[in-house]
Amino acid sequence: MSVRAKKKLGRAVLYALVLTIVIFTFAPYLWLIISSFSTKAELLDRMVFLFPEKPTLVNYQNLMGKDFVPVIGNSLVVTSSAVLVSLVLGVLAAYGYSRFRFRGRGPLLNLSLFTQMIPPIAMVIPMYVIFKMLGMMNTREMLIIIYLSLVLPYLIWIMKSYIDGIPLELEEAAMIDGCSKLRSFFTVVVPVIITGLAATVIFAFIITWNEFFYAFILTKTTAAKTLPVLVYDFNSKFGSNYVMSATLGVVASLPPVLVALIFQKYIIKGLAAGAVKG
Amino acid sequence: MKNKSYFDRHLGQFLIAPGTLVIFGVMLTPIFYAFYISLNKLTFRGENTLYDFVGFGNYVDIVAKDPWFSKSILTTLEFTLLTVAAEIVLGIGIALVLNKEFFGRGFVRGLMILPWAMPTVVNAVMWKWILNPNYGAANGILLKLGLIENKVYWLATPRGAFLSILVANVWKETPYVVLLTIAALSTIPEDLYEAGSIDGAGGWKAFWKITLPLIKQVVLILTITKTIWAFQTFDLVVVMTSGGPENSTNLLSYYIYRVAFKMNRFGSAAAMSYSLSMLCFLLTFIYIKVFMGSGDEPKQDKLAKKQRRQLR
Repeated sequence: MSVRAKKKLGRAVLYALVLTIVIFTFAPYLWLIISSFSTKAELLDRMVFLFPEKPTLVNYQNLMGKDFVPVIGNSLVVTSSAVLVSLVLGVLAAYGYSRFRFRGRGPLLNLSLFTQMIPPIAMVIPMYVIFKMLGMMNTREMLIIIYLSLVLPYLIWIMKSYIDGIPLELEEAAMIDGCSKLRSFFTVVVPVIITGLAATVIFAFIITWNEFFYAFILTKTTAAKTLPVLVYDFNSKFGSNYVMSATLGVVASLPPVLVALIFQKYIIKGLAAGAVKG
Repeated sequence: MKNKSYFDRHLGQFLIAPGTLVIFGVMLTPIFYAFYISLNKLTFRGENTLYDFVGFGNYVDIVAKDPWFSKSILTTLEFTLLTVAAEIVLGIGIALVLNKEFFGRGFVRGLMILPWAMPTVVNAVMWKWILNPNYGAANGILLKLGLIENKVYWLATPRGAFLSILVANVWKETPYVVLLTIAALSTIPEDLYEAGSIDGAGGWKAFWKITLPLIKQVVLILTITKTIWAFQTFDLVVVMTSGGPENSTNLLSYYIYRVAFKMNRFGSAAAMSYSLSMLCFLLTFIYIKVFMGSGDEPKQDKLAKKQRRQLR
C-alpha cells in the first residue's frame, strides 16, 4: 500500500471511530427525548428509532398535575441556596488556605477532602437519626445543609488552585497602595479568578441539582422532595407508563445538560484543576 | 503594620472557619455518631429512638449470621472491578481518538460532557426504558437488524441484570475519564513524539513509552475516584433492578439501605457501612502504594510548597 493510501485509510478509520463514539454517546439521550414527544401507542406501533411523525406535547402537559410544581420549586430553592452559600464560604476559605500559613492548615484541608471519600450510605444512617432528633427531617433546610457539605470541599480545592496561580505581587502592590488584605482580595484577586468562580458555580449547580441519594432517603413529601426523587417516584408508581418517566427525565436533566454544554470550557478546566492536583 | 489586631493576625483561620465548620459538622459528626449506632440495637418509638447497647455484637452478627452481607461484598467487588476497568480502558481509548485532528473535534469533545451532566437517576430510568422488552430501543434496533429473533428480557435474568447496570454505569462514567485524559494529553508537548519517532517509537510503543507515563498521575487519580464511586453505586440498582433477580445486583450500598430502612436494623446497617468505608479506604491505600511506587514528583511538590510565600 502506498503512503497516501495508508493515510487515507487512517482517516477513514478515524472518522468511523469518531462516528461510533458520537452515536453511542448521544443516541441513548436522543431516545429519551424522542420518547417524551411520542405517545405510548406510537412507540408500541413502530418500535423504531425515529422521531414521531406527529410529535405531541401531551406528556409535558400531563406533568403539570402530579406534584411537579412544588417539587421543581424545591429543587430550585435548594439548589440556588446551596450554590450561593457554598460560593461565599468556599471562596473565603480558599483564599484563607491559599494565602495564609497557620497551624493545622494542611491537615484541615486534607481532612475536608477526605470527608468526600466516606460512602454516602455510611453518612445517611446517622444523619437520619440526627435530623429526626432535631426535627429537621423532610425539610429543605436539611437538604441545603447537606449539599453545602457535599460541594464545599471541591469548591475550596478548585478555587484554591486558581488563587495559587495568581502572583502574590498583585495583592502586595494593592496593599502598598493602602488596601487591607481583605479589600485587596476583593479588588485584585476576585476579578482575576472570575472564570474560576463561574466554573465552580456551574459545578456546584450540577452536583446539587442532580443529587438523589440523600434526598431519596431523607425526604418523604412535596415539602422537600426534589426532582430526582420525583423521577424515581414516577418510575415506581406509574409502573408501565414509561413515557411519563422519560418526559420527567428530560425535564430534570435538561438544566444541567444545557448548562454543561454551554459552559463546558469552564467545567473541563475546573475538573482538570480539581483532579490533576487532587 | 506592627499593631495588628487579633482578627488581622488570624485572618487565615477566620476565613476558613465557616466553610470548614460546615464540612466537619455535617460530615464528621455523623461518622462518629454512626460508630455509636453500630454498637447498639435501635428501636424507633414515634419521635423517640431507643438504644440497646450490644457492644460489637452487630459486627459479629453481620459476619456470622448474615450470608447476604458477604455475598453482597463479592458482587460489589466484581461490579467495581469490571466497571472501573471498562471505564479506564474505554476512556483512554476514546481520549486518544478525540485527541487527533478531525473535522468537528470541538463539538464531539463537547458532547462528552452530556452523560456526565445527567442526573444518575435519569440515567437509570433511561436505561431501564431502553432495555424495556416491549417498547425499548435495544430490542427495537436488534430485532430490526436481525441480530436477535425474539425479544430479550434484559433485566429478568441474573447475569443480564448485572451486565445491564454495568453498561448503564459505564455509559455515564466513561466520559469523565475521557475529559480528564484529554486535558492531560494536551499538556504533552508534540516534539516528544517527534523525538520518539526518530528513535523508532511510533504507534503502540509511543503510547506505552511516552503517553502513558506522562498521564500516569491522572490515570491513578481517576482509578481511585472511579473505584470509590463504583463501590457506592446505588441509584442504578434502586431504579433498575431492586437488587434482583436472585440478588445478582444486590450491591452493598443498596443492601445496607434495605437493612436500615426496610428491615429497620439500624445497628447492623451502621456496622456494615463502617466496614464498607474501611474497604474503600483500604482500596485507595493499595492503589496509592502500587501506583506511587516510583516517581519523584511528590518530593518536588514539597519543595515547591516550602518555597511558596504567604501574605504578610
